[in-house]
Amino acid sequence: MTIGVLALQGAFIEHRKALERLGVDTREVRLPEHLEGLAGLIIPGGESTTIGKLAVTYGLLEPIRAKAASGWPVWGTCAGMILLARDIGGLAQPLLGLMDVTIRRNAFGRQVDSFETWLDVPELGGDAPFRAIFIRAPLIERVGPGVQVLARLSDGAIVAARQRNLLVTAFHPELTDDLRFHRYFVRMTEEATKA
Amino acid sequence: MEPRDTGTVAVKRGLAQMLKGGVIMDVVTPEHARIAEDAGAVAVMALERVPADIRAHGGVARMSDPELILKIMDAVSIPVMAKCRIGHFVEAQVLEALGVDFIDESEVLTPADEEHHIDKHQFKVPFVCGCRNLGEALRRIAEGAAMIRTKGEAGTGNVVEAVRHARAVMGEIRRLTSMAPEELMKAAKEMGAPYELVKEVAQLGRLPVVNFAAGGIATPADAALMMQLGMDGVFVGSGIFKSSDPARRAKAIVEATTHYNDPKIIAEVSKGLGEAMPGLEISAIPQDQLLAGRGW
Repeated sequence: MTIGVLALQGAFIEHRKALERLGVDTREVRLPEHLEGLAGLIIPGGESTTIGKLAVTYGLLEPIRAKAASGWPVWGTCAGMILLARDIGGLAQPLLGLMDVTIRRNAFGRQVDSFETWLDVPELGGDAPFRAIFIRAPLIERVGPGVQVLARLSDGAIVAARQRNLLVTAFHPELTDDLRFHRYFVRMTEEATKA
Repeated sequence: MEPRDTGTVAVKRGLAQMLKGGVIMDVVTPEHARIAEDAGAVAVMALERVPADIRAHGGVARMSDPELILKIMDAVSIPVMAKCRIGHFVEAQVLEALGVDFIDESEVLTPADEEHHIDKHQFKVPFVCGCRNLGEALRRIAEGAAMIRTKGEAGTGNVVEAVRHARAVMGEIRRLTSMAPEELMKAAKEMGAPYELVKEVAQLGRLPVVNFAAGGIATPADAALMMQLGMDGVFVGSGIFKSSDPARRAKAIVEATTHYNDPKIIAEVSKGLGEAMPGLEISAIPQDQLLAGRGW
């Protein structure tokens, strides 16, 4: 099983390393032909405007949309979460628009307001909290009926969610040594491959 | 509310990690900033003058007017960086108070202190610093830099110095990875770098922070060259807005940075870009006007 990491820009190497530590083969995706045979895709953190523009120029939005519509797992972290969203408050930038959520970009302020904190994520199993690193992070303002909330900050802000084969996190599990979110996504991918 | 830790090493280095594989562009107006964002820049550097004009203008080059920096911050959604003088920690305090996302403690401006760089641990905002070799990179990281870039020779449109500095850093890293443990202390002494960081680099086989190319990059092929030499991304200073068609050149450099290993794409995006910025031969610059020698 090979999982792709969208490698147009951003922290794609960190995701590859995390997956490789779990014994999963990975491939960097820059062109549509790189998607062939992949069991799932991670869209990493980076600048969502940059990644979106490059995805349009190199014809990646349509093939990713088509694959995701057939149940193919996609996980977006930070910028990746923005790209997966259907609505980002009317900002004009290219999106995949697959997930029924409304997202606010740079929701916590500028870089001096970026932070790390402990999050409870019951879906990961066990009681141990997850060290979540938020960098100029977005948050989820609204979720549609088919969307499961996986984690909130104590003020109620939604920062992780799942809609069937789509997973989003506003923070960066790939910047920590905690592999539980990567393991969770690998399991989603294995289940989708069997189905 | 759960405790939220701001300004941590992970948060500061993490923003640099999010910029990898991208192009950071020098801009002097909000209009430039929007052109850069539309072209796919991952961040902009807000300046009063690009380095080529600083070079031409002469005199003391300082931090830009806060009003200009704020206007550029308002114009775009991507991170905004700004430069302070080497050692000028009050300019850095001002930039942090303005809310810029990254500070470049830069040799392009006239140094304020010839002995000391800023103690960057004291700030919540992350810093990027220039280097010519591994020892210089590790001294800046020890002072708290969250990101490193080559110095190159800014404002020349000549990539030769950036190549020299990138090769120096990458070559010295490769040398460390093959050393016996007892040789690392000697290496630390010789390069004037903290032993703990030397050991970490030897183990990682790379710098512990993101490392960009800067100083003289003017074409898509220049950007891809720096990426193939092992840099994590590129700064383009004068190279975009001193060329004849900035919007097209900016987009082409962004695409060449993403597809740096695909010569067919680099060829395609390089077609018909118009005039690149006029270049400067390094040997034609008087010694006392070279910027890379500022700082240590």
